[in-house]
Amino acid sequence: MIDALTPAEWQALNLSLRVSFWATLCSLPIGVFTAYALARWTFPGKAIVNGLVHLPLVLPPVVTGYMLLITFGPRGPIGSVLEAIGLPVAFRWSGAALAAAIMAFPLMVRAIRLSIEAVDPKLEQAAATLGASRAWVFATVTLPLVMPGILAGTILAFAKAMGEFGATITFVSNIPGQTQTLPTAIYAFLQIPGGEGAALRLVVIAVVVSMGALLVSEWVARRLAARVGS
Amino acid sequence: MSLSVALRHSFADFKLDVAFDSPLGVTALFGRSGAGKTSVINAVSGLLRPDAGRVVVGETVLFDSENGLDLPVHRRRVGYVFQDARLFPHLSVRGNLGYGARFAGGVDPVKFARVVEMLGIGALLDRRPAALSGGEKQRVAIGRALLARPRLLLLDEPLAALDDARKAEVVPFLERLRDEADLPILYVSHSVGEVARLANTVVVIEAGRVVRAGPTVEVLADPAAVPSLGLREAGALLNATVIGHHADGLSEVATSGGPLILPHVDAPPGTRLRIRIAAQDVILSIARPVGLSALNIVPVQIVSLRDGNGPGVMVQLRAGDDLLLARVTRRSATDLGLVPGLDCHAIVKTVAVSGADVMTLPANR
Repeated sequence: MIDALTPAEWQALNLSLRVSFWATLCSLPIGVFTAYALARWTFPGKAIVNGLVHLPLVLPPVVTGYMLLITFGPRGPIGSVLEAIGLPVAFRWSGAALAAAIMAFPLMVRAIRLSIEAVDPKLEQAAATLGASRAWVFATVTLPLVMPGILAGTILAFAKAMGEFGATITFVSNIPGQTQTLPTAIYAFLQIPGGEGAALRLVVIAVVVSMGALLVSEWVARRLAARVGS
Repeated sequence: MSLSVALRHSFADFKLDVAFDSPLGVTALFGRSGAGKTSVINAVSGLLRPDAGRVVVGETVLFDSENGLDLPVHRRRVGYVFQDARLFPHLSVRGNLGYGARFAGGVDPVKFARVVEMLGIGALLDRRPAALSGGEKQRVAIGRALLARPRLLLLDEPLAALDDARKAEVVPFLERLRDEADLPILYVSHSVGEVARLANTVVVIEAGRVVRAGPTVEVLADPAAVPSLGLREAGALLNATVIGHHADGLSEVATSGGPLILPHVDAPPGTRLRIRIAAQDVILSIARPVGLSALNIVPVQIVSLRDGNGPGVMVQLRAGDDLLLARVTRRSATDLGLVPGLDCHAIVKTVAVSGADVMTLPANR
């Protein structure tokens, strides 16, 4: 039943991949930093930071989307600044990426944090006694050992970004070619009488992409785990 | 280059207050678990920041609370061998060995080869730590510390996590380290046997305080130190030289107090030895006994007697230039009229001296 994809389907798939890619890539360094801070540091307000990170996980996505709209919208405090410097995000694919990144962030941080907590600080101490500064310890001991966790967090975040719906449609709407990702396209087709066939094709595409990502991540994770000797 | 340590630190449940000097060679920090030994070397390495104190290696001040000086761990260049090895699981043995060198100007291939040879780990270089035995891990950990060009070495009970067979495998390498390393080595241990075997100097720590410090030979021969070392473990060290090997499998060694017959010693004539003779294996006799199965009868003079808590007395004896300890009952001491200055005979069964009690010393000491 899958012939060549129609241009509209291509557009939705392409946009979904682009949105998820940039959402994941840009939140990765912040995610690793946040996970490290939550796993290893004690600082005032840690509970609040932890709560803020997890908020998108527990809030209705439409609430997150609405909060993004009033903050990053054309008249919002941050949105107006971005507008002024020529980087508007509202109703753009970049806005969809922002929404996806924020919705996926807690999942990414949780996975990475768990793997950082599993690294024995005694190994980091040993590295320090051998002459490695904090940055070197992180780069040569901590990071290689948490690589499987970072990969897991990345894949999870990517999958979440691919599937993000509520916050995206609230924040950037559902504009074909601009902000219409796979899920919002499926939703749009289901609103049209006779659109079930098109929706089903998109569903199959979504399943294939997600399954492929999972298989690849499993394979890479197994190789990494073998490398760190666990 | 020597190490000078003075530390004070309050923990929740006890106070650490120690000061000692450690010359070149191995200084043992001896004490029961919980006495504060590991805290001392953690403070020397910078992993623990003490409330007050001063740590100096050679000319380099690592820590000085009065002048607010606290060198960070990675700049102290202390080679720390942990009880649990702590090899990096994601690096090969080679990668582990070279880890510290990159922060100290790169791997010196000559030194790398020498350390690998000394520790006998040449065949392991491409393996992962997960594929090593406990003894092999510990040898690699020692090599890793040595190759980071340390100012001093810290060994935290490197044998404690190993079974006897693995211990026996690592000890000869530690002895080579003692003889070949030209830096101060702090060796944490709660085993008198290890201390006797490996340490030139011993610092006895009890409940966070130094109760005794000095050359190992002197401390082990001091009856006053016996309560800290443990009654059963007490025993003095004799210096000896191999004279020859007899056809019946026994070896004869010369000591300042006269010749001794020992079970076979695997060393050529002329080799210098140190022999540990447990205090409870020494019998005292006023007259020179005859018709005795024990082969060693050494003329000695009583230096001092010291009462213990139990029914025993620890007797310090002079045998030539060396000191011996004998543990006898108070009843025997009274019956025989043992007093300082009395000449008598120390009897030592040949078979009471085990291979673990005989240590080979390098020719130049």
